[in-house]
Amino acid sequence: MALTREQLAQRVAQEFQDGYYINLGIGIPTLAANYIPEGVEVMLQSENGLLGMGPFPREDEVDPDLINAGKQTVTMARGASIFSSADSFAMIRGGHVDLTVLGAFEVDCQGNIASYMIPGKLIKGMGGAMDLVAGADNIIVTMTHASKHGESKLLNECTLPLTGKGCIKRVLTDLALLDIEDGCFILRERAPGVSVEEIVKLTAGKLVVPEQVPEMVFR
Amino acid sequence: MSGFDKVVGSYEEAMAGLEDNMTVIAGGFGLCGIPENLIREIRRKGTRGLTVVSNNCGTDKYGLGILLVDKQIRKMVASYVGENALFEAQMMSGELEVELTPQGTLAEKMRAGGAGIPAFYTATGYGTPVGEGKEVREFNGRHYILEEAIQGDFSIAKAWKADRYGNLVFRKTARNFNPMAVTAGRIAVVEVEEIVEVGELDPDEIHLPGIYVNRLIQGTFEKNIEQRTVRSA
Repeated sequence: MALTREQLAQRVAQEFQDGYYINLGIGIPTLAANYIPEGVEVMLQSENGLLGMGPFPREDEVDPDLINAGKQTVTMARGASIFSSADSFAMIRGGHVDLTVLGAFEVDCQGNIASYMIPGKLIKGMGGAMDLVAGADNIIVTMTHASKHGESKLLNECTLPLTGKGCIKRVLTDLALLDIEDGCFILRERAPGVSVEEIVKLTAGKLVVPEQVPEMVFR
Repeated sequence: MSGFDKVVGSYEEAMAGLEDNMTVIAGGFGLCGIPENLIREIRRKGTRGLTVVSNNCGTDKYGLGILLVDKQIRKMVASYVGENALFEAQMMSGELEVELTPQGTLAEKMRAGGAGIPAFYTATGYGTPVGEGKEVREFNGRHYILEEAIQGDFSIAKAWKADRYGNLVFRKTARNFNPMAVTAGRIAVVEVEEIVEVGELDPDEIHLPGIYVNRLIQGTFEKNIEQRTVRSA
């Protein structure tokens, strides 16, 4: 079975390490904040100028001056700090954020990512995504493996305008966890009940399948 | 106004001198920390042909979005322009020129503009449509593109508190682009929730010194919320 959104979020959160500063993109990445492993302390960075983002506020705590990068009302965690957008992206470009998790339309085996624009459709803009992928060393892309029509989103070469070039090393899809090394996808884990054959069939980019591909474990 | 006192008496006075075809840099992120009354004054004045530099362009009803109603904006420089039907319509018809700029690059363009740095290299956007036509240089085996600073004829910003000299204190994530926007405008206009007497702010708590501020006004704010998200008690 393909992973649900919640399972994707849970699997991503298993990559969180104690003491990590993490930037989570809009959507599934944000959900990962609900599955932070026990005994692991992380601090969430929101690129509009908040380090130490807390949960959504209770009704009586709502503050229009306190939002996240998705423009949702949030709270501050203990030990939080506030700064300008310039300082925020200095942190990001300067490589001070330990892990970035974001979504994508397409990823290719050269580590390229396309996530912000579909020509001919409405153009909304890249927001902070280009800075995040250029600045972070440790990035996990979460996405569906293929479109509803069965077209692979893991390609030899992205077809859409790029958000970043050669910057992605790890992809978590609803079917598999893959690394990108030396111009190939490498199949590391498969979703429970999903066969290697299914994954091979839905991966258009060059794929290396090691002898052992364990099923994902949800701790 | 005398000496270092930056306080002006009205919004009309605050935006005096803004003319057609000027460039305006605006602080704010979404609807958070936007100079909402200064934007309303631009609407009232009816200034046209503006180039507006801001992370977003408000919504249909609020923020910079209200300047689209009478087509006062000719060109928008922003990182994200969703949530706005009028914007979409004017962009599609070609009446509104849009220059999409990565968020961190936009912040740094403003910072550089205010700090006397004409341009800077960044890895952001290399190999993407943003990098097309821009100078590329390699440092330590990595590619970077040259991005130019932005300066405005005016900048409009919102802070929480100020003293009469224009020393500014921001509140929570309403800070966002505001400090850099202030520094990058030839005439920097700031509206705040409270103006206190000089000496009342601890010099150590001032986020942006008054040297960057030309005009200061106290206003009242609606502070609309784009995505009201709450958890149950």
